[in-house]
Amino acid sequence: MNEPAITVRNLTCAYGDFLVIDDISFDVQKGEIFVILGGSGCGKSTLLKHMIGLYEPRQGQILIQGDDIVSSHGRKRDEILRRFGVMYQMGALFGSMSLMSNIMLPLEEFTDLPREAMEIIAKSKLSLVGLEDFVYNMPAQLSGGMKKRAAIARAMALDPGILFLDEPSAGLDPITSAELDELIRTLSRSLGITFVIVSHELASIYSVADRVIMLDKRVKKIVAEGDPRELRDHSDNEFVRHFFHRQAEVRFGADMECPETHKEP
Amino acid sequence: MKAGKHTLQHASGAHMKTSDKEGRLVLSLGGRLDAVSTAAVWDDALAAVRGSRLGEVGVDCTDLEYLDGAGVALLLKLRETVEDERGGSFKIDNLKEELRQILGMVWGCTPPRWTRKEAERRMGLAERVGHYAEDAFKQFKHMVSFVGESVAIICYCLQHPRCVRWKDVWLSVVSVGVDSLSIIMLIGFLMGLIMSFQSAVSLQRFGAEIFVPNMLGLVMFREMGPLVTSILLAARSGSAFAAEIGTMKVNEEVDALVTMGLSPMRFLVAPKVLASLIAVPLMTMFFNFASLVGGALVMLSMDYPLVTFTSRVFRLLGYLDFAGGLFKACVFSLLVAGVGCLRGLETKTGASAVGVSTTSAVVSGIIAIAVADGVFALAFYYLGI
Ligand SMILES: Nc1ncnc2c1ncn2[C@@H]1O[C@H](COP(=O)(O)OP(=O)(O)OP(=O)(O)O)[C@@H](O)[C@H]1O
Ligand SMILES: [Mg+2]
Repeated sequence: MNEPAITVRNLTCAYGDFLVIDDISFDVQKGEIFVILGGSGCGKSTLLKHMIGLYEPRQGQILIQGDDIVSSHGRKRDEILRRFGVMYQMGALFGSMSLMSNIMLPLEEFTDLPREAMEIIAKSKLSLVGLEDFVYNMPAQLSGGMKKRAAIARAMALDPGILFLDEPSAGLDPITSAELDELIRTLSRSLGITFVIVSHELASIYSVADRVIMLDKRVKKIVAEGDPRELRDHSDNEFVRHFFHRQAEVRFGADMECPETHKEP
Repeated sequence: MKAGKHTLQHASGAHMKTSDKEGRLVLSLGGRLDAVSTAAVWDDALAAVRGSRLGEVGVDCTDLEYLDGAGVALLLKLRETVEDERGGSFKIDNLKEELRQILGMVWGCTPPRWTRKEAERRMGLAERVGHYAEDAFKQFKHMVSFVGESVAIICYCLQHPRCVRWKDVWLSVVSVGVDSLSIIMLIGFLMGLIMSFQSAVSLQRFGAEIFVPNMLGLVMFREMGPLVTSILLAARSGSAFAAEIGTMKVNEEVDALVTMGLSPMRFLVAPKVLASLIAVPLMTMFFNFASLVGGALVMLSMDYPLVTFTSRVFRLLGYLDFAGGLFKACVFSLLVAGVGCLRGLETKTGASAVGVSTTSAVVSGIIAIAVADGVFALAFYYLGI
C-alpha cells in the first residue's frame, strides 16, 4: 500500500563521456518534502532532469508512482508526465504568451473545462504565488524572482501529485522566500503533494525539508541522506558539516611558498 | 583624487632592472604592476630570465607599490619558466605584506597543466574526412526522417483538425504571408519587368518581341514563381522559425513543453508548417501576378495594346502548368518550414547557437529547394507536364 512516490534505482547520468552521477538509488515517499542538496555544479539539475524523463539515463530505473518513465513511451508516457509539474531553474515560461496564457496552456490542452473556469483557475494559481496584479503581463516584463513564482504557478496548474522545483527560492527576498516555504508546507500537509526540491538556502531547507540527500561532485554519489538538522549536528562527513555550517572548504593554505612568510615576527 | 593621479603618473610605470649577485640573477621590479604596465615589461622580464644561464633567479620587490592579476601572472610565468623549463630555483624577496596576500591567493595552488594537444588532438586527413562524411550522412538521415515526421504530423492534423492550435496557425499565416506581401510583389514586379525588358531588347532584332509575353507566362508560372517565393520564405520565415524555436530551446521552454506532455512537433512545428502551406501558394500567385504587371508595363511602353499581352500570356499556359507550379510551391514551403523548425530544435545551448541554427536554416532551406527543383524538373519532363 505504502508505495513510494518516486523510486530511483542505480541511476547513472552522463553527458557524452562526462559522468555526472554514478549509480545512486533513493526513494521519495508520498507527501514528503524531499530536498536535493550539493555544491554548485554537482549535478542537482541534471538529476532532476533525469527524474522528469527529459534525458535518457546511461543506466538505471526511475519509477514515478510505480511506473518506469525511462522505458515507457507514447500514451503511457504522457500519462506519467501528467502526474507531476516542473519548475525549471530559469523559469522557462513561454516568452510569447502572457502569464495567464502560460498557465492556461496545460489546462487547455488536457482538460475540457470551459474557458471561464480555466481563467479562474489561472488567476487563483497566480494569486497563490502573489502575482495577481501581473496576470496579463508578458514574462519579459517580470523580474527574475517573479518569473520563478509564475513558473511555480504554471507547474501547479493541473494540480499534480508531485512537484519538482529547481531552486525555487534562489533570488527571492527573505519575506517572499519565507512565504514560498509556507506555501510549500501548506500544499504538502493539506493536499498531500510530494515535493522534490533542489535548494541551497539553508534557512528554507531547515523549515521545509522532511528529508534531504546530498550529492558530492568528487565522488558523484550521495554522501548523506536524512533529516537536515540531524545531519548538521551529527554527520561524520566533513563536506556535509561544512555545507550546513556555511564554512569554506580549505583551498589555499597559509603556507604559500613566499620565503618571507616565515620571517614574520 | 590622489590615487587617480598616481595611476596616471605611472600609467606605464613599472620598471625593471637585472643584476648578477653571487651567481644569482636578480630582477628588481618596481612601480605598479597593473595590466597596462605589466604588458610593457612582460617581454623584457621573460627575455632576461631566458637569456641568462644562471640557475637561481630572485625577484626583488622592494620598490613594488602595487600588484594585480596581471602582475601575479607575470610572477607565475617567471616561476614556471625558471622552475619547469630550466629546473632552477625561484624566489621572491621583500614583497610588501598586503601584496603578498594578493599573491598568496594563487601562489599556493599549482596551476593546472593543460595539455592542449591532448584535448584538441589533431586528426589526420583521412580521419577528418571520415568524421565529416559521418556527420553529413547523419544530418541527411536526420533531415529525411524529420521531413517524414512533419508530413505525418500534418496528415494527422488534417485528419483531426481539433488538435491543431488554429490561433497559432493564423498568427503564423499573418507573419509568413500577409507581412511579406509587399516584398513579394516588389520582387515579382521587378523580375517581370527586367526579364521582359532584357529579352525584348534581344528579340527586337529579329522582330520577335511579340513572343515575350508567352515566355514570361511560362517561366513565371512554372519556375520562377515557386522558386523565388520559397527562397524568400527561407530568408524571411525559415530563419525566423529557427530563431524562435532555438531561443525557446535555449530558455528550456522546449523542455518545459516536453515535460508537460506536449509534443514540440505538434505544438511548435505543425502550426508553422501548416501556416506556410497555406500562405505560400497564395504568395506564389501574388508573385506571378506582379511579374505579369511588370511585363505588361514593358509591352505597353513598346506600344503593344494590353489585350495582345494578356491573350498571349495565357495562350501557351494550361491549367496543368498553373497547378504544377503551385504544387511545387507547396512542396518547397514544406521543406523550408520543416528545415527551419528542425534547425531550431537542434539548437545547442547558448546565444551564439541560435545564430548558428538561423544561418543553417536559411542555407539548408535553399539547398533543399535547389535539390527538390531539380527532381521536379526531371519528373515533369518525363511526365510530359
Ligand atoms: N547540457 C550539458 N552538456 C554537458 N555538460 C553539462 C550540461 N549541463 C550540465 N553539464 C555539466 O554537468 C555538471 C552538473 O551540472 P548541473 O547543472 O546539474 O549542476 P547543478 O548541481 O544544478 O549546479 P547549480 O547549483 O549551479 O545549478 C556540471 O559540471 C556541468 O558542467
Ligand atoms: Mg542547477
